[in-house]
Amino acid sequence: MAEPWEDDELDGPVRKFMYVNRRAPYGTIYALESLEVVLIAAAFEQDVTLVFMDDGVYQIKKEQNTDAIGVKNFSPTYRALEGYDVEKLYVEKESLESRGLTTDDLVVPVQVVNKDQLAELMEEQEVILSF
Amino acid sequence: MPMLHTVNKSPFERRTLDTALRHAVKGAAILLIEDGVYAAFDGTVVADKVRAALADHKIYVLGPDVTARGMSAHHVIDGLEVVDYGGFVDLVTEYDKVQSWL
Repeated sequence: MAEPWEDDELDGPVRKFMYVNRRAPYGTIYALESLEVVLIAAAFEQDVTLVFMDDGVYQIKKEQNTDAIGVKNFSPTYRALEGYDVEKLYVEKESLESRGLTTDDLVVPVQVVNKDQLAELMEEQEVILSF
Repeated sequence: MPMLHTVNKSPFERRTLDTALRHAVKGAAILLIEDGVYAAFDGTVVADKVRAALADHKIYVLGPDVTARGMSAHHVIDGLEVVDYGGFVDLVTEYDKVQSWL
């Protein structure tokens, strides 16, 4: 017997969700909360796009080591997103450059877009959640 | 000794560092902690401002908050000093008082 969540009648429409990440990872809870919500959307097989801009680019900085601050390092989770079919990851070029970072500094492969391209992408979405 | 000013907000998101610098007398020290450490790295748009502040202030940055954020001492602007938690305590005792800019 199919599990309730496998029941076809419960299949809702697939919407285009964009999650806009604008905060650094540990100073506030926004980054971690965003990641939780992204995983939920992925579990419901929605069309998920992630954007990292402003201080949000720091969420996916390589080599985070939180041993000394007593907080969980959740950056490896971004590498698991591919397993949930979350593969549309965008980083704003201007945000990366103003922080002296390049894509070599990031834990996941991303597509770098400029602010105008990002604005276009935002226009294509059905739901935008900003963290 | 003058005051120790701690700054815990990212310089890209808030004006806290600017405010602290504007109100710090010559000889006062700045300690960057939590998201404030993002001001300590070279190659960013705020690096020149921080470098300029070194003329009037000793600037420290908290190492554990640096490594948590995927950075290391080699990213830190020359002239800034990386301290650990023990060093943080030493600074608090060394300076007359602490102002925590939040």
